This record gives sequence, structure tokens and C-alpha cells, in this order.
Amino acid sequence: MTDTALPTDVRPGRLGHSTLRPDGVAKVQGTFQFSGDLTADGVLWGATLRSPHPYARILRIDVSGAWKINGVEAVITAADVPGVMTYGLIDQDQPVFASDVVRFVGEPIAAVAANHPDACRRALDAIVVEYEVLEPLTDPEKAVDGSFEPIHPLGNVFRQQRIVRGDQTIEGPIVVEGTYELGMQDQAFLGLEAALAVPDAGGTGVELHVATQWLHEDRKQIAACLGMADEKVRLVLGGVGGAFGAREDISLQVHTCLLALRTSRPVRMAYSRHESFLGHVHRHPCRIFMRHHADHDGRLRRVEARFVFDGGAYASTSSAVLVNGITHAQGPYKCENATVDGWAVRTNNLPCGAMRGFGVVQACFAHEAQMDKLAVAVGLDPLEVRLRNAMETGDRLITGQVVESVAPVQRLIRELAAMPLPGEPVGGHDRDPMRLPGGAGRTADVGNVRRGIGWAVSIKNLMYSEGFDDYSTARVRLADGVATVKFATAEVGQGFVTLAGQIARSVLGVDNVVLDQIDTQVGSAGSTSASRQTWMSGGAVDGACRLVRERMFERVALLHGVDPLGLVIEGTEVVDTVSGLRVEVSEASAGIEFDETFEHHHRPTEDLDEFGQGNCHTAFAFAAHRAVVDVDPELGLVKVVQVATVQDIGRALNPLSITGQIEGGIAQGVGLAVMEEIIQVNGHVKNASFTDYLLPTFLDMPDVVIGLVEEPEPQAPLGAKGVGEPPTVSSTPAVVAAIRDAIGKDLTRVPVRPTDIVFG
Amino acid sequence: MSVLVPTSLADALQALAEHPDATVLAGGTDLMVELNGGHRRATSVVVVNRVPELCTWRHDPITQTLRLGAGVTYGQIERDPIASLVPGLAEAARTVGSPQIRHAATIGGNVGTCSPAGDGLPVLSALNAEVELVSAEGIRSVPFASFMVGPKRTLREPGELITAITVPVVDGWQGYAKVGVRNAMVIATASASLVADARRGTVAIALGSVGPTILRCPEAEAYAMQHANFSERSLAADVVSHCCELVRLASRPIDDHRSTAAYRRHAVGVLAGRLLRRAFPND
Repeated sequence: MTDTALPTDVRPGRLGHSTLRPDGVAKVQGTFQFSGDLTADGVLWGATLRSPHPYARILRIDVSGAWKINGVEAVITAADVPGVMTYGLIDQDQPVFASDVVRFVGEPIAAVAANHPDACRRALDAIVVEYEVLEPLTDPEKAVDGSFEPIHPLGNVFRQQRIVRGDQTIEGPIVVEGTYELGMQDQAFLGLEAALAVPDAGGTGVELHVATQWLHEDRKQIAACLGMADEKVRLVLGGVGGAFGAREDISLQVHTCLLALRTSRPVRMAYSRHESFLGHVHRHPCRIFMRHHADHDGRLRRVEARFVFDGGAYASTSSAVLVNGITHAQGPYKCENATVDGWAVRTNNLPCGAMRGFGVVQACFAHEAQMDKLAVAVGLDPLEVRLRNAMETGDRLITGQVVESVAPVQRLIRELAAMPLPGEPVGGHDRDPMRLPGGAGRTADVGNVRRGIGWAVSIKNLMYSEGFDDYSTARVRLADGVATVKFATAEVGQGFVTLAGQIARSVLGVDNVVLDQIDTQVGSAGSTSASRQTWMSGGAVDGACRLVRERMFERVALLHGVDPLGLVIEGTEVVDTVSGLRVEVSEASAGIEFDETFEHHHRPTEDLDEFGQGNCHTAFAFAAHRAVVDVDPELGLVKVVQVATVQDIGRALNPLSITGQIEGGIAQGVGLAVMEEIIQVNGHVKNASFTDYLLPTFLDMPDVVIGLVEEPEPQAPLGAKGVGEPPTVSSTPAVVAAIRDAIGKDLTRVPVRPTDIVFG
Repeated sequence: MSVLVPTSLADALQALAEHPDATVLAGGTDLMVELNGGHRRATSVVVVNRVPELCTWRHDPITQTLRLGAGVTYGQIERDPIASLVPGLAEAARTVGSPQIRHAATIGGNVGTCSPAGDGLPVLSALNAEVELVSAEGIRSVPFASFMVGPKRTLREPGELITAITVPVVDGWQGYAKVGVRNAMVIATASASLVADARRGTVAIALGSVGPTILRCPEAEAYAMQHANFSERSLAADVVSHCCELVRLASRPIDDHRSTAAYRRHAVGVLAGRLLRRAFPND
């Protein structure tokens, strides 16, 4: 049943209230146990030997030296993998350990376990690997055109997909085009990869505590590589310090389990920051050509596009990222005709996969630059051209799919335009030089600075696509007025642990909710990604709570001789709307346990056909951003002053939590716009540290002004859309548009570098 | 690895005499990063942050000098009373890392590491700072400009300890500006310091991150001095432009993953122009 009514009561702890995180105080005080803090009696340390070459043939691996190091208990290579030798989320093309060829800098070759991290380090140093170094494939266009020999038996193309819709002959009368590029962004979560594996006696199974985004998918892949039945591998969520997509793929999971099973002792592994940059997937670098055909009044007639996503050495989710990118090429605008071609290819660069926005960040950067060009070409204000084309519920996408989601694009734009601009001039009323571009470096004076304003609007799909049934499961028990909620939903910082409690309190009328351990002892929750857990796991907890409530109402009805259909929850009471009977929930659930499990499935989706047609997505959310930047054109330095946003959220279940997602998403979007990039030269990584991979500091973070559009989504179990990704999708193009506005140059690449501003 | 923690200057010097190859640790903000990252190995470490003699500073109004013990932190330097004596050095101090780093990082450590990107170094160069070195054999004082001989290479001999940095308290304007891709907590892509000594009628310009050492710009300095009016704090616009060009020519930048030589050369010219205008606001 869909309940889309906005909350009338905002009783503390219930839906609509800005309830605080249950783990918030522990995190602030430093007592929260992250997965890197896990340990056990008799624990060994694990460490990984990695390839120094982007592409090389392995001629010989000699591990005998490692065994001579005092304290070493295990040394393992590909020969020690008992099950399937490769893994992967979609295609299983990535070796647990490379044995014949290495395909990226950082690819694992061996792992050791020892009684001390220093012994691990010495053991890794003592392993001899002889390579025949090969010329790496680093230009994705050479994978597209087939001019480079296959670097993997499965070839150099992960997927090619076209979208062909409508009249292919439409040209002009207004034509704008451009080629856009995005560099490789890292998720840069603060809690590094870490796990603790504890083997069962006799080595028949293993329990893995790990920071991940999807326990059950990890388990499936780990069990296959270990050659064990799924149920022999039990996963428990370790404390997660951020994810943003980088924990969707396996990193150290199989290695840690193998070492524990080999030594019959608990093993902990933890990556360094340097290793983390090499050891997880990143946002795809992408090159996009777009050409828009429009009428003189600015209405879109046809969009042409070509996308090339550099997927790096292994498949990960590249094929799904590609589909997300190309199916969002039109942006949140009406467009009947489209000609799109997209490629996701293999290179010897770092592997790429999921990161917040998942292919749509790339598309949005291009289509929003195009909309600004179109506005200039037809002589319209950038907002007016977007309003004229704004998508509405019932419009068709270029895939032929009808947008059934609430699509308040016009409203987002209008409300954004009415948001207050920064009240202070360049440098602020207090003339604090820190506020100027260059910040603490004190490079600029007020007279050196120009202000610019830019706009961007986005559409983002929610949940998984192309026929995937990414359901979620929850189990709820109610006894003596206490609800116990069990799910396998990975809490990665997004706040589902807060929301789950709010749902249970609201539906069941309890104040006391206990969250059970997050592990694989309940059905899958799907991944904490694709902005899906509020909808999917929220739906599962809501569904299980409603089943429990039904059972409780039946019991009350039986005991008091009333009709269960007349019963409702008010506060902490069961109330009969007919007789006025009131029974405390604690009394209604006294001496009995109601125990229900519920799976929430979203409606089915379809694969795309060869013309890119099909109902491949589940639902959509929209956002609009306005950025105000101060630029020092002579030095090419930028200070993002303010980002205002209006977001389509369906319903605010926890306004504070939404604010956190929006501010954090904008920080990540600002980072991509002006500083965040992993730099690779011929496959070698140049900045795998926080010294040189720059994230926005407090001084780089703009003021954020937020407007929420609450039009409950009929498809969504709680009326609420996911809010995690949209803030990242359109904040980047808004910031770049603002820089363009300030300096009058065509900036076609992110991150925008000082050299692009000065010499571009 | 042996770690020695002397608690007096005499003990520190003796420890260094006994372990002439020892690595000196002050704030540890450079060294621990290198050790933890495996980029450097140390057989013995002498920790000097518990040596009280190194943590003092003294302003001598007679000689108009400020003697900063090597253990004085950037956190101290960015605040008064030190900041108003050497405002240019205080500006540089504020750009060093985060508050936590500045709380630990010392001026002696910055001079000891002697990276071309060291934030305090262009100011020390422009101020003609003297580096005091002490060993069991004795004490010597070396001008900063000759102390730094290359990237992270100095005249410090084994067994010697940097004990103090002495700078003049200048009557005039001094400042520092640093370009990085982030607004705080960032390594300098290019930096510059300018000291205009009104009493002596001198202008000094020093550049960071655009050469193997901190670079002075003698031609630009001479040209600026020749045309500057110190009492009116004025300098003609065309003089400023010409000085910028001379500064660009004095730089010797390289391409690396942080930026390009062309940008760095351009940037130090811009910085020099802006610093000159701050020192001489009038046309």
C-alpha cells in the first residue's frame, strides 16, 4: 500500500522529524568502531603485493624469500585460489590475483599474513616477480577503433550501445555542439578499506567483518572464489567510513578470507591511503561529443551524442555506467529525436566503476554546457531555455520510456531563480582576504576578482536498471512495546539506521526500536547505491512493520471485540476510530512476539534493444543548482561562494539527513569541478595521496542554500525519492558555468585547472 | 631504529655527535610522512622537541632583530606577538597545512627539510635570515641564501643542529603570497615574498616552487629600488610591469603533476606585481 500523505505530526523520532543519528555521538567522540579498528585474539595482519606496471607479462613469481621472514604465516598467489579465479559485479573478468598478465598499476599478485605489519612489508619486499613490460593501452579511442591488440581475452570493449529514436534527418535550424571531458575522480572516503576474517573451526567456513555497500553480493563473489557454498560465508558489516560507490566492488574481501582459512587464524587487512587509490574503482573519465538541434525559440528537436567511457583494466560496472550515461543524454528536457552512440572500453588505466551519479555526472556536464550554448545561440536567458524545454511527468525519454515519476522541473527552476543570492560583495563586508580566490595563500586583492553565476539542472535514475530485481528485505519483531528491526542494508553514512528507526516508530507507535546487527543472517537488501535505500529498504522496513501492525490490530480486535479495520496508531496507542477504545502498544504487544519479514521489489524494468529503446529505468529524481563563484582570472584560482539548490525529494522523511546529503553531494560536485582528479601518465598514477589528490577543505566549501520540493512520489513506498546522487550530478556543471560566466571562456573539461582559466 | 629524546641542548648535541648520521625530528610533519610512506628509512632518530632552549624566541629592540629558536612552531609564528614583528612570515605560517600541522611544525624543521616548496623559506630568503648551526665543535651562522644548496639539500653537516633563525625586524612592508589549487592546506605551486625596507631603501623579492632552491630576483629588486618612493609608498605602473617581467625571467620552473613550467613562470610574475602593489599602493 502506498502512503504518500505528508506527516501531520512531527513527533520526535518519527517520520518527518530531524532525528539524530544513533551512531552520531560515537562518531564525533571517536568511539565508533570502524572496520579498520576491528581486531581479534591471535589476529594476523594481511598485506597485498601489487603490480608496479600498467601492463606486463608475469614471467616468474618466486615467493620463497617471503617465507624466510620471521613471523610470516601465509604467502598466497593465484595458485592458492580454491574456487573461481576471477570475480566482478557484472562480468567476472578480474583475477583474485594476477598470474600471467598484470593490467593496471596496483593489481594484486600475492598476499601475505604475518604477526606484525612490518613482517608483512618485509615479506612483500622479499617476493620476486619477473615481468616482461608491455606497452600499455591508455588511450580509450584505440580501444574503440580496434587499433590496439586485445589486452584481455574478453577484448577491449566492455559494451557499445546506441540510442536511435525518431527522425534521424532533423538538422537545425539552430545547431550547437561541443566536446567535453571529465577527469578521473576518486570517492576518497575517509575510512580506508579494512576487514577482519575469522575462520570457522576446521576451515569449513568463514565470517568476514567488512566495510562494504552490499553484503550479499560480496558474499556471492567471495564464496565463488573460495569454492564454498554461500551459507558457509557469513558477512557482518564493519563500521563504514564513507563509500560513494567505491565499495561496490570486491577489494580485499577474498584475500582476507583466503589468508584466514589458510592460517586457521583471524586475519585483518587494512589499506593505506596510497593503496586505497589503487585498490578500488573510480569515476570513469569520459569524453563526450554533443550536438543539439533546436528551433529558433530554443525548443530541442534532436540530440546527437557520442560517449567514450574509459573503464580501465576490468569490467566492474562499466556497462551499466555506459547505459546510465547515454540514456540521460537529453537531460531533464523534452526531446523527441536522438542519435546517441556510447562505448565503455578497457584500457590499462585504473579500473573504474561506481561513483555517486554513476554515468549521469558525465552526461550532465555535457548537456548543461550545451544548454548554455543554446541559450546564447537563440538569445535567451539560460533559465528561460531550460524552462521552455523542461520535462514533465508523462513525457517520453529518448529510450521511449514514459517518465511516470513526479517531474517538477519547471518548479525547481522557478524556485531556484527566487533563492537569495549572496548578500555580500566580493571579499565580504569584513574584507577578510581568506574569502577571496587563493584563500590562505592571499594571492588576490578584491580588484583582481570577477564574479560569475551559473545554472544547471539534472535528471537522475533511481534504483537499478535493465531488468535487475534489486529487492530489499527486512524483518521486524514487536514484543512488549519494543520493535527489533533486522536488515542487511549497508549503513555507509547515509543514515538508513536513523530512518529505519523512524519508520518503525511511526508505523508501530513505539518509542523503543532496537536495530539488530547488519549481516547476512537475513535476506538481501541490495546495494547502498543508486539512491535506492530510502525507497527500497525503507519500503522493506515499512512493509514488515505494516505486517506486524496488522497482526497486532487483529489481536486487539479479538481481545476487545472490535473491527480491526477501524484501528489506527496514534502516538504510542492503538485507537479504535469507532468505539474510541485506546490501548497502549506496549500492552497490545505484551507477552507475545509478532515477527514478520517483508521483501520490497520495485516494478520490473527491461533491457534496452539494439536501438537503445526500452523501459530500462525504474524512477527518476530531479535537481537544479545555481553556483556563484569568484574567479581570479590572472592566476586561474576559484572560490565557490555559494551553491543554491532546489531538489525534487518526494517527501522529507528526515530534513536534517537530507541537508547532510545535499551539502555533502555539493562538496563532491565542487571537488570535481575545480580540483579532484587522479592524474595518470602512461598508466602510472602521479598523485595517490591526499597531499596531491585535493579534496575541498572548509575554506573551499561554498555556503549552501537549500529548497526542497515535496511532491510525494506515488510509486515510492514512503512517497520519498532517494536524495544522495542528484546534489553531485548538477552541482559540477553549475560551478563550471559560473566560471565561464566570470571569465568568458569555453571551459570544456573538469576539473577546471588554473592553466585552463589562464591560458585556455 | 634507535630513538633518542634529549631534554637539553647539550644532550641533543652529544646525541648528534655520537650518531652523526641520525635523522633529526622536530615537529615530525615532514619526517613521519616519509617514514610511514616507506620513502625514507632512518637508522637513528634524535627527537629535539623536548629541548627547551630551542623553543624560545627573543626580540632585541637594540639590534632590531628577532631570534626564533628552531623549535618555535608555525602556530606561534602566525599569531601575535611574533606575527606583528614579522608579518610576512606570519602570512606564510598561516598557509602551512592545517591547524594541527601548524601546532607541531617548526621553523627549524622547515629550514632543515629545505624543500623548494617550503612555505616559510621565501620570506626567510627575502629577509636575509641567518641560520644558526651548533655542534659539539662549536657554533656558526650561515645566511639562508647560501644555506640552501638544492632541493632538500643544505650546508648542515653531520652532527650539526639548527638551533635558531635570526631575522631583522624591518621598518616597512613585507608579505607573502602562495598559489595552490586549493584555498588552504595545499603545497605551493608557486610562491613569492616581498620585503620593502623603508629605512634602508631596499626591496627584496624571493620565489618558491619555481627552481631547485628559493630564488632571489636581483635585477627586479634593483629596478624596483631605483624607482620606488618609500616615503610616499609609490611605484609607477610601468615599473611594476617591468619588475614582473624580470621576476618571470628569474624563475626556473619545471613541469610536474602539480602544474606546468609555463603556468609557474606566469604565476610568480603575477604574484610579484601584486606584492609590489601592496607594498607601494600608489602609482
